[in-house]
Formats: sequence, structure tokens, C-alpha cells
Amino acid sequence: MKKFLWFLLIATFMVFVAGCGFGDNSEDATSDNDNSSSETDDGDTSESAIEGDKVINLVSTADIPTLDSAHAHDGVAFTVLNNVNEGLYRSNENHIPELAIAEDHQVSDDGTVHTFTLRDAQWSNGEPVTAHDFEYSWKRIFEVVGHYNVMFETAGIKNASAIIDGEASPDELGVVAEDDKTLVVTLEGPNSLFTQLLTFPVFLPQNQAFVEEMGDEYGVEADKILFNGPFVLESWQHDQGWTYKKNPDYWDADAVNLDGINVNVVKEISTAVNLWETEAVDRITISSAYVDEYRNDESFNNEVIASIVFMRFNHNLEHFQNANIRKAIDMAIDKEGLTSTILNNGSEPLYSLVPYEFSYSPDEEKDFRELNGEFNQGSAEDAQALWEQGLSEIGSDGFEFALTVADDDNHVKSAEFIKNQLETNLPGITVEIKTVPFEARLEQEKAVEYDMVVSTWGPDYGDPMTYIDMWVTDGPANRMDYSDEEFDSLVAQAKVETDAAVRYQLMLDAEKHLLDEMHIAPLYQRADAILTRPNIKGLVRHPAAPEFEYKWVDVE
Amino acid sequence: MLKFILQRLGYMAITLLIIITITFFLMQLLPGTPFSNPEKLSDRQIEIMNEKYGLDKPLAIQYFTYLGNLLQGDLGISFQSQGRTVNAMIAERIGPSALIGGQGVVIGLVLGLILGIISALKHNTIFDYGSVFVAVLGMSIPSFVFAALMQYFIGVKWGLLPAALWKDYSYSIMPSLALSVLVTATVARFIRSEMLEVLGQDYVNTARAKGIKEFSVIIRHVLRNALIPVVTVLGPLAVSIMTGTLVIEKIFAVPGLGEQFTLSILVNDYSVIMGITLFYSALFIFVIFLVDILYGILDPRISIGGGKKDVR
Repeated sequence: MKKFLWFLLIATFMVFVAGCGFGDNSEDATSDNDNSSSETDDGDTSESAIEGDKVINLVSTADIPTLDSAHAHDGVAFTVLNNVNEGLYRSNENHIPELAIAEDHQVSDDGTVHTFTLRDAQWSNGEPVTAHDFEYSWKRIFEVVGHYNVMFETAGIKNASAIIDGEASPDELGVVAEDDKTLVVTLEGPNSLFTQLLTFPVFLPQNQAFVEEMGDEYGVEADKILFNGPFVLESWQHDQGWTYKKNPDYWDADAVNLDGINVNVVKEISTAVNLWETEAVDRITISSAYVDEYRNDESFNNEVIASIVFMRFNHNLEHFQNANIRKAIDMAIDKEGLTSTILNNGSEPLYSLVPYEFSYSPDEEKDFRELNGEFNQGSAEDAQALWEQGLSEIGSDGFEFALTVADDDNHVKSAEFIKNQLETNLPGITVEIKTVPFEARLEQEKAVEYDMVVSTWGPDYGDPMTYIDMWVTDGPANRMDYSDEEFDSLVAQAKVETDAAVRYQLMLDAEKHLLDEMHIAPLYQRADAILTRPNIKGLVRHPAAPEFEYKWVDVE
Repeated sequence: MLKFILQRLGYMAITLLIIITITFFLMQLLPGTPFSNPEKLSDRQIEIMNEKYGLDKPLAIQYFTYLGNLLQGDLGISFQSQGRTVNAMIAERIGPSALIGGQGVVIGLVLGLILGIISALKHNTIFDYGSVFVAVLGMSIPSFVFAALMQYFIGVKWGLLPAALWKDYSYSIMPSLALSVLVTATVARFIRSEMLEVLGQDYVNTARAKGIKEFSVIIRHVLRNALIPVVTVLGPLAVSIMTGTLVIEKIFAVPGLGEQFTLSILVNDYSVIMGITLFYSALFIFVIFLVDILYGILDPRISIGGGKKDVR
């Protein structure tokens, strides 16, 4: 009966795969109190989920690419690193950086020499966390050409730019461990962003002996990284999920309420919703299709995030050099209608560069937006008046231009709406939509080979400067050949100003200068529609990476 | 026979080389860089990273370097997950895909055989129409529709099986069922039409005339001959199902290979794209080769050593 050869073949194959189907590198983690009843399965021999009173189940849309803080480059990794490791500073509930592994921070009078004294803290292998660990990891990021080594340039650490440009060796970076407890960092000049930036994961310490022992594999598995943060990674199964467990050796362990967190990789929103319904997960992001169904649920929440969508004008084109034309185009678009009718995903219309609920002034703690207000709002008639005036200034009776947009669903919908609005409200304008893949959009954007383009930007750090210094002459994020001396000078002043209030005012002025003439056309600020079990409290979401803070989460 | 096998192995190697070459150069046409978060990377930064990963070298050199590493069995390192080798990624991801795919094929084969045999034997009866209806349904409705319905009813409404995720064996059942639908339909259709044809053959009548039991006639003479076209389609179908199906894996949050493949293309992870393409092609070519050999075993009339060409 040779036809059974096939059955035999498949059967053997299945025996083979049955052995490797479910990750088997997990020790039994269900050692604590076993009061689980929510799971619909039994006989879970290889399951590595943590069970306990204070455990939450989260989803992630992607796996962690790497946990080597020198190479980490995405939000998932930044969040994990932030919760399993700790650097000199950690942002608190109000997104203000607070001393963490550093116990004390002294600054020299000229603001360039920062001396940190470390507290007693230890790695998960029992080794103490020392100043040498910081010096090692900061220099290492240049040796391995990490994605985010530019953060050291932003922080203004001595020689960072020169090292990136190949003019100095990583060894010359302005960081020295004087002894195990004292770290001295030298900056090129005073930098008010410095402590804020220190919360970013590239500034985390790494234990040299351990990293060298792991070699290339450092940070790619749960047992190939050391922890010194509120949690440790109990397990990590690629593209399946990972598990946090409270770190008993963390210096501030008393502040940590959770026993653990299970994170599952779920890429489909509909799947996440079904898992939510079976109570397998406790917090999910839903798409606009589900918003109406859950809008009145007590678990529903619309969280605005600091990610903006706007349009760049190509400043080399004559008609876009005219302020009235730019203002007319910006004003002619009904942004309220765009977000509420076309997108309907919780996004908020944006009339500025810096988004809402992103930054608060140092003295009065007022929203940056509240202080600078909204720009260029007006009716279609106002827009028309500006349009007529602009056209007469450039001596034209209208023109045609292309609007480049990435092939993202929301962006294409927005572009179609914009085309319709402009062609309806501004007589003589013709818009041709050019839909290109995301990567191609970026390339054209960087080469300034477009007329107008729908662009996006998310913050690198939690300070308005991350939006404002985009527009300095020849800045890498400018991408529209905008150049204005006064604007450049405002930004330059803000960057070296040490008085926080004065600096904030300079940034307000810079935004005003840019938007008084609408050099960009803001569209909307993104938001996430979120379902969270109401008994979960204290989850902090920072406006910039690292995004999530689980340290203070509690289950009631 | 040996000559045939050696010859085929030679052709297989050439085919693979062509696939590698085409994929390698096609990939270069993708816009963008393999480094993530390109929106933030400045041109200078991209330049430095290209240099570090050898992407600034002429294409020909990159190509031969890749081939050289490949000959040593090294598929390279993922650009997205620094430090993880493509070999390890494939090894880790193929397990879940092969498990749900393998189960899907077996379930589909068994159900398909049953449906096909019933409808052939009860030709033009209500059973036949019923089976054909099921088969047509399975062919025409995409599997993700079944997957979504199953997830909602079995997973959420009735809570019989976990709705999604990948933790223990029970999590593999629904994805397998969803994958089996297409196999069931395909097998049932082929078995039905082939059996109908074979049932009218002289040797079947001869066998019956010799007084062999009807059951034996069906199994030994009819089914065996009807299996040939099924083997032809099932080989490649099984490979494509077992190497990962994007949609089903996404819906059930299965950490499989299909999802990884699509992701790597979206983010330009060159080494992963190459690795999975290569793996997939090699498996595919090998299975076609296996199918050709199976023909000879199933049907002695087909000679694979030469002479008669196989009936594909």
C-alpha cells in the first residue's frame, strides 16, 4: 500500500514539528499562587505565562527586534528596555525626568560638566551597576554604529558629532567613570534637554563582561541580557510574546505593585478584539471600525498621541514662496471635517506644529498649545480672499500641483479630501494626487522632489524642540528647503539658553515665526482608541519614547 | 533511476541559483533602506550604516559575497533584529507554520477523500450534490472568512477553544481547521472526477467480474488510480500551506513564517527576504521532485527513468 507513503511522510513531519511547535525553552513559571481560571485551556505544559493576583495581559503589534540598547530602534524595544532596565534618569507620572540609578547630579557653573553619583543597584546576575557600565555602553553605541547614536549628538555630549563623522574615535566621547560610583559627562555646551534625553534607552548602562560574553547574541533572547529595572524578562518567545516579572532586587521595588505582565504579539485588530472579549487580554488598541461599538463602554478611552500629520510645501516653487497662497491652502481645508468625518479614528484637527498634551511650560505648567494658541483658522471665504491676494501678488490666475502621499489608507483618504476641498474653495487650483509607497515618499521628501507632500512626524524626546528644530536651514528633517535666518537664530538661542522659562518662550516664538506665514500646513494629531480594563490603574504613557511605564501600574 | 535523480538534482540547483539571482537583484529595486524608522534617519546616518553593513559596495560584490556565505550555509543576519541569524529565525518560525499546515493538510486530505468517494459512489444523488456544494463553497470562500467566523463563534461566543495566540496544542486546532478547508475542497473535487472516470474503466469491471469484494475494488483499484492527480496538486499545495500563510497566521496570532516573510518585504529586511525565498523555493522544488517519484510508485504505467513524459 504505497499510497500510504504520503500519510507516512506527513506523519513523520508532524512528529518532528510537534516537538518544536511551541517554544520549549521556558522553565515552569507558574510557581506562585495558581488561581487561574480565565484561560480556556488545560494541560499547559509549555506555557510560560505568569499567573498571580496582580498580573496584566497586554498585546503588542510586533515582536521586539532586539534588546541591545545600542541597536534598539523601535517603540516596542524602547518600552521593554525602559521597564527592565534603568539609566540615570526615569520620567515620572507627569513625564518629568527624575533621578533613577543616579542618586545625585551636580552641574558645573558653565553647564558643561555633569557629575552623577550612582546609588547602590545591582544587575540581575548580582553584579553591582557601576559608572563603568555607563561609560562602556555609551562608547559602545559608536563602535557598533547603533541606530540612535545621533541622540548623543542631540544631547551635545563632547565629541559625539566628531565620532559620528569619523573624525574622532569612540574612546574620545565625553564620558568618564571616575570610580565605581561617579560618572562625569562633559557636554559641548550647556544643554537644557540633557536630563530629558537621559531617559531615552540609548543612555542605559550595559555590563561589559556580560555583553562580551554574549557577543553578537547580546540582547536577542531573554537570558542574553541583564536587568536592573523594575521588572525582569522572565521569557521571550519570538513573535509570540514575552513575560515580565517583578524584579525583587530593584532598588525601588517597593514602588512596584505588579507581580508580572504577559505580553502577546497580536497583529490583527479584530483578533485583539476577540481576545479582549474572551478576557485573554486587558488592554488593546482598536480601529475606527470598532469605535462605535465600544464608545460608551467604561473601558473605552481616546488617547491623543504626539504624532502629527501635516503637509510640506516645496519652498523652491514660486507659488509656494508666497505666504498668502500657503495660508489660503491651509485655511481652505476643513480639518475638523477631515478628522470627524473622513478619518473618524479619534484624531484631533491640528492648527499648529507642536501637538496638544505634549509639553507644559516649566513655570506655570501650561500646555504649549494653550500658550501659543492656534494658527491660521478661518472660513472658506477668508481663504478665498487670501488666495485672490496671493494670486495677484505672483501675477497668476491659478496653477496645478501634485500632492504626494504614501499609500497608507488614512493618508490617501486625507489627500482625496484635501484635493476636493482645495478645488472647491480655491478657484483656479488643480490638485493631482500622487500615491507612492511609504519609502518612496520618504526618498522624494528628502530629495525635495515634490510639490506638496503629506508628511508625518513623531517626537524623539518629550520637548517641543523635537518639532521645532526640524525646520532649521539644511536640517535633516527640513526636507522642503525652508530657510529663515530669524527662525534659525531663535532655535540656536533656545538650544543654549539655560533659563528654562526664557528657553520656553524662545520655542514659542520660533513656532509662531514659522506658522505666522504657514510654512507648513498642519492637518491633524493622531489618537489611539484604547480599551483598558477599568481596574488597571497607574499606567503611564509618555508622549515620546520610551512610551510606556509599568512601574506604577496597579490592579485594584 | 539514479541517473534521473542526479539529473533532477542538477536542474534543481540551477533553478535555485536563478531564483536567488532574480530575487537578489529585484530586491534592489525596492525603495528605501533595510534600517527601520527611516523617517528619522538622516542621509548621513544611512550612509554610515550602509558602510557598516557593506551595502555601499558594488552590487556584484554584494551578490558574490552572499553566494559565498550561502555555500557555507549562512543566510546572514537580520537587519531588523541585530544579532539574530536568518537561519535561527527560519528554524524558529517554521515549526508553528508546519504544525498548523501539516494538520490542515491531513484533516483536509481525510475529509476530502471521504467527500470525494461518497460523491463518486453516490453519483447524482443528494449526497453527491451535497459534497459538491461543500467543495465549491470551500474553493470559493477565502479561508480567512472561515477563520474569522470560527474565531468568533468557537472562540468568543462558545468559548470551546482559545480564540487566538500560541501557547499549547489547543491553540493550533482552529488555525489547522481553517487551513484544511481549501485542501478538503481541492481533494474532494479531484477524487470525485477521477473516480468517476476510473469507475468506468474495463479493469474495474474485470475486478468486479473476478468476484473481488466491492470494498477492495474501490480501495485497491479505483482509489489508487484516482490518487494520481491528487498527488500532483497536493504536493505544492501542502508546501505552500506548511510554509506559512500570512492571513491565517495573523488572524490567530500564530508566530509562523508566512507573517515573517511579508513583514520582511515591507521593511526591506534583505537578508530575511532572501533567506525565506530560498527556503521556500528549495522546499517547493524538492516536493515537486518527490511527487514525480511518487508517480512511479503509485502508477507503474508512468516510467520516470525516461521514455514516457509524466502527465502534468
